[in-house]
Amino acid sequence: MTATVRNLVPPAPPAPALRGPSLRDRLKGPAVFTFVAVLALVAAPLLLEPFRLNLLAKYLCYAIVALGIGLAWGQGGMLTLGQGVFFGLGGYAMGMYLKLNDAGGDLPDFMVWSGVEKLPALWAPFANPVFAVVFAVAGPVLLALLLGALVFRQRVRGAYFAILTQALAAATVILLVGQQGLTGGTNGLTNFFELFGQDLAADETQRGLYLVVAAVLGVLYLLARQLVRSRFGRLLVAIRDGEDRVRFLGYNPATVKTVTFAVSAGMAGLAGALFVPVVGIISPALLGVVPSLELVVAVAVGGRFSLAGAVLGAVLMGYARTSFSEEFADGWLYLQGALFILVISLAPKGLFGLLAAARNLIAARTQSRSRTMDGDMAGGADGPLVEAPEARA
Amino acid sequence: MEAVVNQLPIGLSIGAVLLLIALGLTFTFGQMGVINMAHGEFIMAGAYTAYLLQGWAGRQAVLVALPVAFAVAGIMGLILERLAIRHFYGRPLDTLLLTWGVSLVLQQLARDLFGAPNVQVQAPTWLQGGMGILPYNRLFIFALAVGSVVAIWGYMNRTSQGRRMQAVMQNRQLAAVSGINTGRVDQRTFFIGSGLAGIAGVALTLIGPVGPALGTYYIVDAFLVVVAGGLGRLGGAVIAAAALGLLNSYAEFWTNASLAKVIVLVVIIGFLQVRPQGLFVLRARALT
Amino acid sequence: MSEALLEVRDLSVVFDGFRALDGVDLTVERGELRFLIGPNGAGKTTLIDVITGLTRPAGGSVRFEGRDLAGRKEHEIVRMGVGRTFQTSVVFEELTVLENLDLAASFRRPLWSLARRRRGVSDAVAAAMETTQLHALADRPAGVLSHGQRQWLEIGMLIAQGPRLLLLDEPVAGMSGEERQHTGELLTEIAKEHTVIVIEHDMEFLRRYASQVTVLHEGKVLVEGSVDEVRADPRVQEVYLGRTDDTFDPAVAGKTTASAGGGRMAGGPDAGTAIGEGVVAGPGAAGTGTMSGTAAGPVAGSAAAGEVK
Repeated sequence: MTATVRNLVPPAPPAPALRGPSLRDRLKGPAVFTFVAVLALVAAPLLLEPFRLNLLAKYLCYAIVALGIGLAWGQGGMLTLGQGVFFGLGGYAMGMYLKLNDAGGDLPDFMVWSGVEKLPALWAPFANPVFAVVFAVAGPVLLALLLGALVFRQRVRGAYFAILTQALAAATVILLVGQQGLTGGTNGLTNFFELFGQDLAADETQRGLYLVVAAVLGVLYLLARQLVRSRFGRLLVAIRDGEDRVRFLGYNPATVKTVTFAVSAGMAGLAGALFVPVVGIISPALLGVVPSLELVVAVAVGGRFSLAGAVLGAVLMGYARTSFSEEFADGWLYLQGALFILVISLAPKGLFGLLAAARNLIAARTQSRSRTMDGDMAGGADGPLVEAPEARA
Repeated sequence: MEAVVNQLPIGLSIGAVLLLIALGLTFTFGQMGVINMAHGEFIMAGAYTAYLLQGWAGRQAVLVALPVAFAVAGIMGLILERLAIRHFYGRPLDTLLLTWGVSLVLQQLARDLFGAPNVQVQAPTWLQGGMGILPYNRLFIFALAVGSVVAIWGYMNRTSQGRRMQAVMQNRQLAAVSGINTGRVDQRTFFIGSGLAGIAGVALTLIGPVGPALGTYYIVDAFLVVVAGGLGRLGGAVIAAAALGLLNSYAEFWTNASLAKVIVLVVIIGFLQVRPQGLFVLRARALT
Repeated sequence: MSEALLEVRDLSVVFDGFRALDGVDLTVERGELRFLIGPNGAGKTTLIDVITGLTRPAGGSVRFEGRDLAGRKEHEIVRMGVGRTFQTSVVFEELTVLENLDLAASFRRPLWSLARRRRGVSDAVAAAMETTQLHALADRPAGVLSHGQRQWLEIGMLIAQGPRLLLLDEPVAGMSGEERQHTGELLTEIAKEHTVIVIEHDMEFLRRYASQVTVLHEGKVLVEGSVDEVRADPRVQEVYLGRTDDTFDPAVAGKTTASAGGGRMAGGPDAGTAIGEGVVAGPGAAGTGTMSGTAAGPVAGSAAAGEVK
């Protein structure tokens, strides 16, 4: 840090920030996004057999949850270990609608088996598909707003927040399992037949569902990216790195965090609602402590500081899980545990972090080569600035 | 009324187990800023230690297992601390994820070694029966927790090692520049904290079966004890553990088992509205 | 408009039995540049901690533009027009210099409007960049700035918010001579349009840039007046100016360690180096008083003594 004096009186170069990014940089992001979107929306439905396409749709549902985790945790520093709860709320809302729809005015099958005689009042509104879908998003959002308001206002954060959300996941599972007649207990809600008049078992329906899931993910990704790049996103990062300092800029971090948490919860809820017709089941085992943590792991593996990393991580982990469980069921737990340990200890920024590091390395190589050719012109002024920002945090 | 009395020993013994588990967590969290999710698997290791010792010690296995389980779990903790956790001090969220990976591996290992079905440990004959409404086994667990708390209190306040531990907990940098070997203090804390989880595991064999997922049933509640009790506070942990144990058992009794955990969580969030930093506050600035 | 901008009356702060502030009165008029000096543990930082809502007073009142600040949260006080910096500068390392400034300048926008991306540079930000001369670094992440540049960025962020009162906590601590001079000029520039309170240790800096000075000692106001008056006062010479630098006064230091806890010791003049972990250190250090008092000092002390032997 010897270069400070020189920087005091700059020869007023055109400040790059005022010019904005170069055209190439501005086109690169959209180009990659378009490529992936075409791949997902056109190529995948044409090339994959129905079974695989259905699996991909499932991974993409997880990717939507992961996107929310990336927002809350990667950007906002809120390690939420209870996203499964929001996912489950959305899932059960959709599941209840499907059950009632299939039952056609009668009691859903599992209620008959558990000796329930009259449809519980809680279930009644879910006969309306609009209510079910709205609730799938609004329910998680409201729950997250309530929880966030109570917790963040009291400046409960970091590990405490993580523990509380984990306890929420644990409590929810126990609640769902215990209310057999209301929720289907351990089995959850399953055996769905039709959605909006379409046969759920038909390949056509499933392909349509896949397209819906992929499109929802794409739209949410764009929205989330917009949010991250906006002032709100900058504020979120600032809160992650120095919440107390942000207060002295006149912002109330609790509000910002609560809103972000609610957005991520809404995403998880929507993902849950999409998941149910795609996979055909929602049960406590899909939303407890372990699945919630697994999604966090997936985000860590992909790269928590990048939204694309979060999405990629969820898809990759979903894929890895399926393929390894097919081969050797027990090995998966070892592999997952080991992967976890390795990623957190060796590559805390995940795959995307490694990618960025590699790119920086190459850039630094080429830069240092060109500098030696230019001779010692920069002097000390650039010295401390070469340190890639990636090296921090 | 009778029910109220009957639930009391159940609640208190659950609280006692939670306390044994939470002591280790609160000290490692308070001192090192580390959240160890694999702590639950140290409980499991303690329980399986008692199970294995049955072959040799028969019905007295529980008694023999207490020191052995303490050592086994303690050494496991020490290994974990040396190999992984010490590189992550002050990064609670990363250690949380890292140690969860460790916990997955340990659970699967137990499944491979001991099989997935639960196993039983025979309680010593002298722990069967009870005085009136007080079953001996729950009384024994309670005594175990009381003994551990007294021992820890004595260690912290009456030995120079314990005072060093307090110094590190309150101000790591000041302690380090005062010539305290903080690394060694951390190792000791980790050993003792993990060892206590092992003892908790032995205690659990008296009230239920042993399985690879044993730790997962208690770890979340134990963390809630830490949250409610305040970081690194012995007194806070004792009160919070007792309160949580009682709340759990009475909530289960009066509503039904499935609502109990929700009630506990609501009570804790409500409590944090009044005391956001737990019962007893150790004001330290190193935690965000 | 007859009332002063800031009126502190009979303010006292108690940390676990230790009176960090003991009946402090302070009046700052609009347009003033006021220096606040005093030995370690005199209560300077505690005073601005109370003004900015970080520490709750045990008694007394703080009125800003005639409004009581008691019970208001930190961000509310900032919104009323009181801005501050910390001994350890805390800028957002992952954001660029420009983003740091822009974030500071946007604090009055409604939350929903923050969801739009920044287009261009607002006047307030441009002016702050002009004053602090940080243009060349506008696009650099703040994490690569030097210590001096960080302080200037913090001051710039403050100006961009258009506060009516600025509180600067040891802005030149740990700076090189040239950086000090630059900061001094910056300060003179800012003081033309703002009311500023500066906590400072550096006597040379004080002589060059201060006009009105308030001396705190052991939680009380000792003397108030112009630089020359204060320097001539025998009481000040005794507690403060008698020494070349503000080296430890054993009496004061002893008292602080025992009661206000280790925080004070670590948070002295070069808190920047002592505290290390930048992110949390700022507010934490500012709240040094909140270190658990009675316990921390003696325990750590005794353990230390045992070990050293």
